[in-house]
Amino acid sequence: MRFWRAIAVALTATVPALLAGEIPPEARRSGYSFMGPDTRAMQDDDTSNPGMLFVLDGEALWGKKTGRAQNSCADCHGDARGSMKGVAARYPAFDKALGRPVTLDQRINLCRSNHQQATPLPYESRDLLALSAFVAHQSRGVPITAGDDPQVRPFVDQGRDLFMQREGQLNLACSNCHDDNFDKRLAGAPITQGQPTGYPLYRLEWQTLGSLERRLRSCMTGVRAQAYDYGSPELVALELYLMSRARGLPMETPAVRP
Amino acid sequence: MAALINVPAKAKRGEIIEIRTLTSHIMETGFRHTAAGALVPRDIITSFTCRYNGTEIFRADLFPAIAANPYLSFFTVAKDSGKFEFEWIGDNGYSSTASVSILVE
Repeated sequence: MRFWRAIAVALTATVPALLAGEIPPEARRSGYSFMGPDTRAMQDDDTSNPGMLFVLDGEALWGKKTGRAQNSCADCHGDARGSMKGVAARYPAFDKALGRPVTLDQRINLCRSNHQQATPLPYESRDLLALSAFVAHQSRGVPITAGDDPQVRPFVDQGRDLFMQREGQLNLACSNCHDDNFDKRLAGAPITQGQPTGYPLYRLEWQTLGSLERRLRSCMTGVRAQAYDYGSPELVALELYLMSRARGLPMETPAVRP
Repeated sequence: MAALINVPAKAKRGEIIEIRTLTSHIMETGFRHTAAGALVPRDIITSFTCRYNGTEIFRADLFPAIAANPYLSFFTVAKDSGKFEFEWIGDNGYSSTASVSILVE
């Protein structure tokens, strides 16, 4: 043990870019591989995956005219099966006008306010989750490439720092569980690598679909830290880092998790 | 509300087929309270029925302990080509229907 720690310390001292504990690309695993056979079966069958109910709702919203402009998503983007394929695998992505990365939820709301002249949908509202599930579902099977854009590099780094940063009354960093102790158990539940491959996903505990931000916030509450607000730059940076950390893993939206 | 139904499109006469249904519903138990202490009123599906060419072949009563987006699976014998009709009825006048055709040969 001390021997390995010495090697890790030596490595971090000599090669600061190669952080000890970070999961090498070939060892990256979706949360799917940590689940039992029943939950896997539920995700695999589109008629038993409750996330698909939201995808259906999203499909209806995609074609619905809304806002003062009376535009539907389909009026600009056409058939989502073609136009939205692979899009979610690149998000959060850099927005030139804002000069910072935006999440898929934020992109949908930017579209609503700029092009549909409609009011933004609240975070975690059924309509926003449905739309983002429908859009992300078009990328099912597409390998994640978020974070490849050089413009988002500083934000990926910010997210990584936050991931490694201890916080809360329990004084734990994300990496303490999800880099260093995955495959072990916390109470009865398996600790996963925290790869965000299937968001928005249907969590059986929530009994509904939820965003990655909701998941991050509940982890923060779990370590008794003050959770960042929805849409805050910190949560976007964390989301971006997590997506870049899952580089190459296929999208699963809508995933099912316990 | 959205519903997902899985019935085989084709079946042989006399074959036993599985029907799987999943529907959108919050299934609020009526036992929970808000942060302010107010009771969240019950809002659940109370009854589900399936008719095969007009004849009721399956019925279920649902209760507060059933999870959101209830999933029901059951079996029947494929007799004739036609239609399965599904109906979910619940609190606050909730009603939702769906139907699926089957070809029996």
